[in-house]
Amino acid sequence: MPTNPRRRFLQLSGVAALAGCSQQPDAKSAEEQLPSALGKPIRAYGERSSFETAKRAVPDLKRPQIGSTRTPLAETEGIITPSSLHFERHHAGVPDLDPAKHTLLLHGLVERPLVFTLADLKRLPSASHIYFVECSGNSGGEWKAPGGANAAAGFGLASCSEWTGVPLKILLEEAGVKKEGKWLVAEGADACKMSRSLPMEKALEDCLVAYAQNGEAIRPEQGYPLRLVVPGYEGNVNVKWLRQIKVVDQPNQTKDETSKYTDLLADGTSRQFTFLMDAKSVITYPSGGQKLSGPGFQEIRGLAWSGRGTIDRVDVSTDGGKTWQKATLQEPRLPKAFTRFRLPWTWDGKETQIQARAVDSTGYVQPSREELTEARGLNSAYHYNGIKSWAIATDGSVKNA
Amino acid sequence: MLKVTLLAALALCAVGQKYNAGRAATPEEIKATDQFMAPDGTGLPPGKGTAAEGRETYSRRCARCHGQQGQGDEEGPLVGGKGTLATPKPLKTVGSFWPYATTIYDYVHRAMPFDNPGLLDANQTYSVVALILHMNGIIGEKDEMNAQTLPKVKMPNRDGFIRDTRPDTGKKKK
Ligand code: HEC
Repeated sequence: MPTNPRRRFLQLSGVAALAGCSQQPDAKSAEEQLPSALGKPIRAYGERSSFETAKRAVPDLKRPQIGSTRTPLAETEGIITPSSLHFERHHAGVPDLDPAKHTLLLHGLVERPLVFTLADLKRLPSASHIYFVECSGNSGGEWKAPGGANAAAGFGLASCSEWTGVPLKILLEEAGVKKEGKWLVAEGADACKMSRSLPMEKALEDCLVAYAQNGEAIRPEQGYPLRLVVPGYEGNVNVKWLRQIKVVDQPNQTKDETSKYTDLLADGTSRQFTFLMDAKSVITYPSGGQKLSGPGFQEIRGLAWSGRGTIDRVDVSTDGGKTWQKATLQEPRLPKAFTRFRLPWTWDGKETQIQARAVDSTGYVQPSREELTEARGLNSAYHYNGIKSWAIATDGSVKNA
Repeated sequence: MLKVTLLAALALCAVGQKYNAGRAATPEEIKATDQFMAPDGTGLPPGKGTAAEGRETYSRRCARCHGQQGQGDEEGPLVGGKGTLATPKPLKTVGSFWPYATTIYDYVHRAMPFDNPGLLDANQTYSVVALILHMNGIIGEKDEMNAQTLPKVKMPNRDGFIRDTRPDTGKKKK
């Protein structure tokens, strides 16, 4: 059929009218979007579209070498955090390490102290696993009062990557751990030589000396060229820029396992070596700072994770915790990794609060804020994993509740 | 002949090594890299210092960020907070919170001054550590800190730490 210009026009406006439900009035028509000139040439290293803006908000700090940026969780999809958006937490800045010169020293209570270059490590049996890394200070602001204005502010010190490296067990076996070697202490090559102690049991279980993240070399902010990956344990022990591991008979009591990263309880005592990250979840859509387009279908989405194993169930409430529905969990559900959950929902346009509650493979149920603060008081600073509520107003705006 | 080849193959791998990974570390490189100081004093270097001797170094190298009396300035305090841990406003400092005195040496040596770590020699470090302990009322002004005395200092909050007693939440719900 020859093209009838009028008919064509009607068809186009039909499409435009449909699109109009959600598009801004000045959006280009599909026709105008079609390129009339040649596009950009091939390039050596890819970049995202210039229209994409998701970023880690950089706070204005007096000393920007000591601080953190957070993953904009509400702007990530699936379970993998893009390496460029993985949260940062540094204690003395990001060192610029030459991989040709970088080595890992393994010594202490071992039969054979060893030095490894990157090349030495890369020829050994490697493994790739998807694991989350979460700073135990994540959501720390929620202890005193629910405070995170959006998913990034309240939960963004957690990210999930595919890590590739040599199982630490292989290196320890090569060195031959003596029987008194019950702990190890790992140190980074940053200016403060950040160091943490770790029980030998965990080192032999599933730790990786990782050299790659999401298919390429680890990013400088994540520990290039080597980082310790300690699945399910608090972020700080995943020592970045790893330069030495010493096998010892007792923890070293470093500053970051005494002064920091210990959990003060109401009675004034503190828990120490609280490595495991308990089950936690956050709804990323709708979440703080977003605005729903209007009543009708809205898919609720979020992330759940547990340092103890897999996520077995996520319950979602759309009525402020009165009733709960089981969300669909995206497969594969991997241990110590983010699990994406989704729930179809029809918003009636009324004010309400939405919440998610994660249950892991050990049967652990993510606690309410009340349950958590009753057990630990308000001063713990670390390891906050209470259920989060987002409040939806009649105009569709979503806020921290 | 067979015997010889087998022996040669074995010799290629150090005894007990499956992959012959890495190379042997020399005692010199271990000594240069290992700067860990354990609570029992392992790793503390020779040297000594008192609080009185530490004042000058502290004023020049630390006070700008932590305050002349350790009260905090651009950065957090190193002094105070005694008796606050079980209150709504806990103040965690070396004096009120840290369980081991060896950690102060280990940390100051590896990380302070923040913008120039490793600047102090062993005597300066012992004396600055002694000053921080003294400012917290834990040792006297003339008490000498060295590899033998520092591990013996009993920190006020030494018994304030317990191991992980979780899960304390997350019981099954119907
Ligand atoms: C340029 C500023 C600056 C200077 C100078 C400085 N510090 Fe610090 N200090 C810091 C910062 C920042 C931290 C926090 C580091 C962190 O959180 O990882 C810190 C932390 C500390 C801590 C740990 C406090 C705690 O309770 O966790 C001690 C102890 C310390 N400094 C001692 C010293 C000593 C001793 C000197 C002098 C030799 C010194 N500092 C000089 C900035 C400084």
